[in-house]
Amino acid sequence: MTSLYEEIADGPGEGVPVRRVMITVNGERRTADVEPRLLLAHLLRQGLKLTGTHTGCDTSNCGACTVLFDGKPIKSCTMLAAQADGHEVTTIEGLASASELHPIQEGFKDEHGLQCGFCTPGMMLAAKALLDENPDPDEDEVRWALSGNLCRCTGYQNIVKSVLWAAKKMHADTPADGN
Amino acid sequence: MTQALDEIKIGGMGASRRRVEDNRFIRGRGNYIDDIVLPGMLHMEILRSPMAHARIRSIDTSKAWDIPGVRLVLTGEMMAARNLAWMPTLSYDTQAVLATDKVRFQGQEVACVIADDPYIAKDGCDAIVVDYEPLPVIVNPTQALATDAPVIRDDKVNQHDNVAFDWEVGDKEGTDRAFEQAHLVSKIKLHYPRSHPSPLECCGSIADFDRATSKLTVYMTSQAPHIVRAAVAMVAELPEHMIRIVSPDLGGGFGNKVPIYPGYVMSILASILTERPVKWIEDRSGNLISTGFGRDVYLDGELALREDGKILAVRMKTTSDHGAFFADAQPSKFKIGLMHSAFACYDIPYAHLSARGVYTTKAPGGVAYRCSFRVTEAMFFQERMVQAAADDLGMDQAEFRRINFVRDDDFPHRTPYGFLTDSGQYAKCLDVGLEAIGYAEFLKEKEEARKRGRLLGIGISTMTEPLGAGNSREYDILGIKMFDSAELRVHMTGKAILRTGAMNQGQGHQTTWAQIVAHELGLPADDITVEEGDTDTAPFGMGTYASRSTPVAGAAVSMVSRKVKAKARKLAAHLLEVSEEDIEWELGRFYVRSARDRGVSIQECAMAAYSNMPDGLEPGLEANAYYDPPNLTWPFGCYIATVEVDPVTGVWDVLRVVAVDDCGVRINPMIVEGQIMGGLTEAYAMANMQFITFDAEGNCVGSNFMDYLIPSAWETPGYELHEVVTPCPHHPIGAKGVGECATVGGPAAFVNAVIDALKGTGVRNIDMPLLPDRVYEALTQKHDVSGAPPVRTDN
Amino acid sequence: MYPSRFRYEAPATIEEVIDLLHDGGGEAKVLAGGQSLIPLMKLRFAAPELVVDINRLAGLDYHRVDPDGSIHVGALCRHADLERSVLLSSKQPTMAEAAPLIADPIVRTRGTLVGSLCHADPQGDWAAVVTALGGYVVAQGRDGRRTIPVDEFVSGPFQNVLAYDEIVVEAVIPPPTGTVAGGYLKLERRVGDFATAGSAVALELSGDVVLRAGIALTGVGASTINATNSAAVLTGRALTSEVIGEAADLAAVAAQPKSDHRGSAEYKRHLVRTFVERILTRVTETQQRAA
Repeated sequence: MTSLYEEIADGPGEGVPVRRVMITVNGERRTADVEPRLLLAHLLRQGLKLTGTHTGCDTSNCGACTVLFDGKPIKSCTMLAAQADGHEVTTIEGLASASELHPIQEGFKDEHGLQCGFCTPGMMLAAKALLDENPDPDEDEVRWALSGNLCRCTGYQNIVKSVLWAAKKMHADTPADGN
Repeated sequence: MTQALDEIKIGGMGASRRRVEDNRFIRGRGNYIDDIVLPGMLHMEILRSPMAHARIRSIDTSKAWDIPGVRLVLTGEMMAARNLAWMPTLSYDTQAVLATDKVRFQGQEVACVIADDPYIAKDGCDAIVVDYEPLPVIVNPTQALATDAPVIRDDKVNQHDNVAFDWEVGDKEGTDRAFEQAHLVSKIKLHYPRSHPSPLECCGSIADFDRATSKLTVYMTSQAPHIVRAAVAMVAELPEHMIRIVSPDLGGGFGNKVPIYPGYVMSILASILTERPVKWIEDRSGNLISTGFGRDVYLDGELALREDGKILAVRMKTTSDHGAFFADAQPSKFKIGLMHSAFACYDIPYAHLSARGVYTTKAPGGVAYRCSFRVTEAMFFQERMVQAAADDLGMDQAEFRRINFVRDDDFPHRTPYGFLTDSGQYAKCLDVGLEAIGYAEFLKEKEEARKRGRLLGIGISTMTEPLGAGNSREYDILGIKMFDSAELRVHMTGKAILRTGAMNQGQGHQTTWAQIVAHELGLPADDITVEEGDTDTAPFGMGTYASRSTPVAGAAVSMVSRKVKAKARKLAAHLLEVSEEDIEWELGRFYVRSARDRGVSIQECAMAAYSNMPDGLEPGLEANAYYDPPNLTWPFGCYIATVEVDPVTGVWDVLRVVAVDDCGVRINPMIVEGQIMGGLTEAYAMANMQFITFDAEGNCVGSNFMDYLIPSAWETPGYELHEVVTPCPHHPIGAKGVGECATVGGPAAFVNAVIDALKGTGVRNIDMPLLPDRVYEALTQKHDVSGAPPVRTDN
Repeated sequence: MYPSRFRYEAPATIEEVIDLLHDGGGEAKVLAGGQSLIPLMKLRFAAPELVVDINRLAGLDYHRVDPDGSIHVGALCRHADLERSVLLSSKQPTMAEAAPLIADPIVRTRGTLVGSLCHADPQGDWAAVVTALGGYVVAQGRDGRRTIPVDEFVSGPFQNVLAYDEIVVEAVIPPPTGTVAGGYLKLERRVGDFATAGSAVALELSGDVVLRAGIALTGVGASTINATNSAAVLTGRALTSEVIGEAADLAAVAAQPKSDHRGSAEYKRHLVRTFVERILTRVTETQQRAA
């Protein structure tokens, strides 16, 4: 069992109610006892040690904490951990398989789609959600889909190229009908 | 091995090598400050002042102490008891760590709570009761300099007004004479608004004081860990060898992570008192309202012009707003940074700058936000003054620049304020830019569009800026001279580790530093580990800001590689059984001059250094180098933007952006282009939407990302990049700084374009940001809209 | 930023929700999309004692067009569903134009139209759109259901007329009596920025003649402004440039903006006027193309 308070000797303090939540994170069932006020981003980061999910603002603007929630992109700093009970969450750590990078990850490296790397996990998950829905987006569609994720380093042009690179790669990797 | 290496294949200079650091970042395996967890770690939250200026009557922390899980509550009084209530700034001023007497800006640190988790620490902050007695608020220099203005810094013994400094540079008499002879004097008043670097990761620290060993380890978001170590040694009076500062991966910096912030100091004291690691992670509003801002400078600018368009002299008078504490991060000799680097690309005989800095009840800072110490303001003012002057003369924007440029054959050139520039092809860069944008065609298109009621505009900004401080003769931070360092150790199998005193925050040092070594030694870049940021292992360096890494630390990497090569040459002579004089070098290999086939690889030399060294030669293959640059590097940038202004709403859209950068030799072109595009985006942001301002009560407007707008992928324009290469004559590999060029030169291109679109309406200036309502006001009222962005009110 | 402590319940039925709200005695908050509530709680501007999460209620995530033409949006229908809705793009242009302009794409995954109406932010887009469309909400309490027109539902900044133990289960746009037209325009400086000002225009036409018009304004008053005088001049008339100008002027008169860092009151009025004019002009251009 994973609990936010695992590492703290005294726990949340006496009389503080906790809820047990069961969340499928990156395909694995995880259980945690959480205070209702614990944000999903903090459960992922501190409780489950998945520190690839970052937090960059307090107001649901920057998107650094974007994860996939039942396959759709959400800002995990704007959801309570308790709300995720019974749901599926994919974080950046779940994007690659053990041996292989996801084409989006390859694309970001190949097209220099990141600099400091802080927005990158959220950006890539937003891109994943886009490509799941629209495998062949144009530049404007990529820019629109990523407009809830802020980047301070790249100026976005290479991020857009990275996503288009990934779309092309995924297209090439998918065998045509009948083959 | 008998073939010389292909430098691009081994990831040497000029290779767009894919970044090494990406391997962890794309997997979510970066190691940022908030990712670090130490056993028994406590969490700190800061209580900040809601008021801009108020005397503290009392602070009651008793209810905070009562909360289960709260371990410590610190107030200014407790800091003062340990002589830590105040700390020095990087500009020889003092700054409150926790307020004792009064608060001097909204968001100032008043108390902090250390608890088992950050939620509880925040509960603790909420439980603290502070009784404030409000004092008059001062939010701009005019208020600060009024005769009846209250003295903000009454903590300073000899401070009787709100003037932080007066400073001047240049030839006043010569300038005055030149103005008397002018055919036309072009004047303009400008304001560069307060802006915030706001890297996507906020600041933070984990202090870990080990009572058993008396060693203090501080993980922190610092662009300059060695400076922090020195400062902590001085402030906390701890022995320097017992302090270890570690900068982990930084989620961006842009100058915001240069200063030493009160939060760091509090976490250190809290760890000493609790004997447990204490983590402080700043929230976004804390970052925006209290940490180092950039800019906030007013200019009275004048150009003395000859009839033919030649600039005879420049006169600049600046008034800068530094907030409550003069905490600029800049070389100590220059009070308004390198503002006097303005007009360096133009051949002008005389110039004078007088600068006044004032205190206000606003957050302190004045950091070099993607900037070499106020160079961003200097170049913005320069290029706005240039456009106004060209318009006043009725001259073409491009032509006016061309006739005033320093010519290619005129280097080294002494600038009117006394800098020495050494290289450049300014006119060529401009030509490349004009050609790319289709200047002549656009001017025609603009005229045609005008007839149909559409407002198109084109803006040019050209500038050379000084990057890569020092030399040590002129540049220092808190007395520490500005040089940098590198240390290279080649292992026996020819793999190597390189450490420098710089500190990456997204620039890709792990990738590019290895490329320099590959260029010098022929070791494949993939065989070289690069480390930075840990003061226990990295050689002393001044850190990364002001685009100084490639000019200074990068040069040190070259020099240390050459030292290693010199020793390898001795080993090669031994292995080849010839004298050193008979040996030649080609990439990755020494050979006998008279018999090219007879050679040894650098890797074979490395093995010999540990297994087969000649008598009398010290074993091992490693070296360190401290590099004190002979001069700054002077890259040149030409930025051209075209825009369309909606004449009804004042909304403007960018049509195209062309950037021509001459940053000398490019180590990794892919990374250089990434830097330029990032820089252009911050330029666009400042011109369009990004600003911090204050209302009459001193409330910060722009205290979160709902109000402090940074552009998304949707608004951000696309960029067309071009290059010209003029190698730096004094840098070992001919490189110049580049990280901030586009941020420095870019804003004027956007503003000039909008002003150009409004040409003929009588509008000469709109100050940044060019918010739609300001453009609308200018369009409809046909007047300039200048000054700090107003918080408009209806009364 | 960390919220204060609260009790959290996530019941499975509306009745339980209402009971919990009742027991909460006014100190409870309903959590739907949470895209406004949770940030407010993190900033500690909101500190409810009890949070009642309605996301486990089944069957509220719908939006549909009934045979009579009325549009129904359930309490858990997300902005993203409306943005991607083929139904809206074919049946309701004002809503279709507004949906992609709500917040940003990631926020739209979670946020709900009904939640946005209940939050009653004067800068909220949906309140203006639904007001222009003459919509109403269906509220459920211990005594059953009642309908409340949206322009009565929003009673002030961040205030609505719900009793503390009532919940909105759906928002309804009444059936149109003619061909629908209209649109939504706002000025935002960046995706996700609050509107400096916005105008929603909803028309029902018979040929060239306006049968019904609704115009409502975002971000230019203490709450959403229903510009009834502006809409009234359109009713029964064709959209000539004079009529359009008159309506646009009256919309600007109806606005009660305050000057702030997003712009002066005068500028915001000007925007309102411009947007109304642009939407109506666009409608006439579409008519001309059709003819």
